[in-house]
Amino acid sequence: MLTDSIEAGADAVPLHTGDAGAVLRFITAGSVDDGKSTLIGRLLYDTRQVLEDQLAAVEAASQRRGMAATDLSLLTDGLEAEREQGITIDVAYRYISTARRKFIIADTPGHVQYTRNMATGASTAHAAVVLADATKGLLEQGRRHLYIAHLLGIREVIVAVNKMDLAGYERAAFENVREAFEDFAERFGERAPRLRCLPLSALCGDMVVTRGGNLDWYAGPTLLETLESIEAKSEVGAQPLRFPVQLVQRNAERGRTYLGRIASGSISAGERIVVLPSGVTTSVAAIYRGAHPVPCAGAGDSVAVALDDEVDVTRGDLFATTAEPPTITRDVEATLVWLSNEPLGTGSRYLIRHTTRTVKAKVAAVRGVVDIATLERAEPSGPIGANSIVHVALTAQQPLCVDAYAANRSTGAFILIDEATNQTVAAGMIEQHRDIT
Amino acid sequence: MTLALSRPAMASAAQGRAHLDWLESEAVYILREVAAECANPALLFSGGKDSIVLLRLAEKAFRPGRFPFPLLHIDTGHNFSEVIASRDALAAKLGERLVVRSVEDSMRRGTVKIRGIDASRNAAQSVTLLEAIAELGFDAAIGGARRDEEKARAKERIFSFRDEFGQWNPRNQRPELWELYNARVAPGEHVRVFPISNWTELDVWQYIAREALELPALYYAHRRAVVRRNGLLVPVTALTPPRGGHVESLSVRFRTVGDITCTCPVESIADTPEAIIKETLVSRITERGSTRMDDQTSEASMERRKKEGYF
Repeated sequence: MLTDSIEAGADAVPLHTGDAGAVLRFITAGSVDDGKSTLIGRLLYDTRQVLEDQLAAVEAASQRRGMAATDLSLLTDGLEAEREQGITIDVAYRYISTARRKFIIADTPGHVQYTRNMATGASTAHAAVVLADATKGLLEQGRRHLYIAHLLGIREVIVAVNKMDLAGYERAAFENVREAFEDFAERFGERAPRLRCLPLSALCGDMVVTRGGNLDWYAGPTLLETLESIEAKSEVGAQPLRFPVQLVQRNAERGRTYLGRIASGSISAGERIVVLPSGVTTSVAAIYRGAHPVPCAGAGDSVAVALDDEVDVTRGDLFATTAEPPTITRDVEATLVWLSNEPLGTGSRYLIRHTTRTVKAKVAAVRGVVDIATLERAEPSGPIGANSIVHVALTAQQPLCVDAYAANRSTGAFILIDEATNQTVAAGMIEQHRDIT
Repeated sequence: MTLALSRPAMASAAQGRAHLDWLESEAVYILREVAAECANPALLFSGGKDSIVLLRLAEKAFRPGRFPFPLLHIDTGHNFSEVIASRDALAAKLGERLVVRSVEDSMRRGTVKIRGIDASRNAAQSVTLLEAIAELGFDAAIGGARRDEEKARAKERIFSFRDEFGQWNPRNQRPELWELYNARVAPGEHVRVFPISNWTELDVWQYIAREALELPALYYAHRRAVVRRNGLLVPVTALTPPRGGHVESLSVRFRTVGDITCTCPVESIADTPEAIIKETLVSRITERGSTRMDDQTSEASMERRKKEGYF
């Protein structure tokens, strides 16, 4: 039987031809009520990523729960507590491969008390699929999901207007939701994410992987086609070089090399670079990828770099282009997603982990708290607890090499760690910085 | 909703190999973070395919230097002998230090109690692993677990915190944003680190093919005496006797290799990585579902074992 299926299928495998990026990371945001888990179950099922034993387990579980039909949402919830309560608590990662690319899906929870978990999933994602219910329109949580995706720098948002089956597959229902989302997204200004709205039914499968027979008035691509076409290389390749040094290595074969992953831009042998924060300029003598020297390497590549001159470089330093270096500063204005159950206090001291550098930092001022329903910034009215979005001024004990998060996700992002508990207490995005030079 | 299973579409994961470069760079970055942030890490090496991939990634991360960690194997005493031979040969070839701690030593100490000689020692590995971590003072243990293997593992962080009892608390994991991993622990605590979290079984085989990695022969098709039991092909060994079942000689290969008492092969004629990639593309059953007796006891058996310290 196995041999049969190989003969029937493997030769028909289309080879990857696109160059939009071999891996696309996206999040899905929406609540159980929007059918988010059903949608992911449908994506997995219709792309044939669900295998017989997984399906049998889900069928058995559906029967145990007294459900009439097999509940595809049970494919995704991983923890006992989640299955008991029928909710997603923490981010779960799923994988889909099609002929065009590999997808890493971060399935994130939708409730307001899990905002931090959505932010976690969004931090590494190129794109977001935000679910809306065609029968309900744009609700507060849809606004919140769009805002968090925007906050974490996601430029590509797919608004999946789900439950079209309950809306009679009416075009007007879809258009109402689409307009509401587009009007709302305009408030984000020039950095507003690109919205692609599409109608679908996760329950029946229309426009998820296949077009189905109920949405003939919609001429655009299906959800999967949309995901396959999104550019994942995005901007990081075109941005100026940022190479945070992870480790310094010394050996007879290569002399001294600096190990790290190129956060943005590219690096070539012979190129002039500046070592920061010291400001020393030198040239790249050689680049190694694994065992082999390579003439150049690009964003996302883990490499070892040798320099022409003997320069004092340690973990936490950064190589950049001489033409467009980052800002060297101890003072930053930033937006935090507060993650900890312990409230944030003005004057509190934390460790700031920024690129590969970890130094002490203090919260110099709290500028305001964002009301996630209205997006208005206001004075904090009480303790700043978990899931708050807060604007702060931070002062670091040592200089950091920063860009605004909107310009560069790697050098614009940081986390705060409580030194006493070792907990990660905040995710931060740099808005502005004061040049100390 | 209709759920008639159609034959799996072959489009699955037949992209080029650019995604392997991406996965490799991510894993190398993670391994270097462990080296930079942890005082005394170890790499869990079983001789299985995922940990053989980890070793190649460590070579990419650190050669021509030495690995900044020893290799640690928790030996259940129920391993296939060719896997142990391959483990020792690879460690010797790499010239890296291999530390072995044995479940049987834990049994002698009385910290592990097993019902009988042929009972599964898979869960007992957790006890011996935690004892080894305590004895040798490791603050990080790098493992080859993948999120696609099992739904509790789909929830796992890349740097996953373990408390002083070695326990995983899935409901209160450290947030993990961007590539800013938090490896900080207090004495007695440790992190588990999973550099190939984002790899699937297919990615692993594609990487094995691309890097021409040598695996123990039992990963490839060979003839073996087996008994069909509960939908699995139970290999006939001293530890897993036929128990009156009908013994058949079939062409099989192992998709996972663990404790003999709970690992089963699948029927296969695939004798090269390329042939296995083709089979994986059309496989209709999960890696663990087809091969692991220990995962079939309940929907949450992996989650419960992981909470106890299983990797």
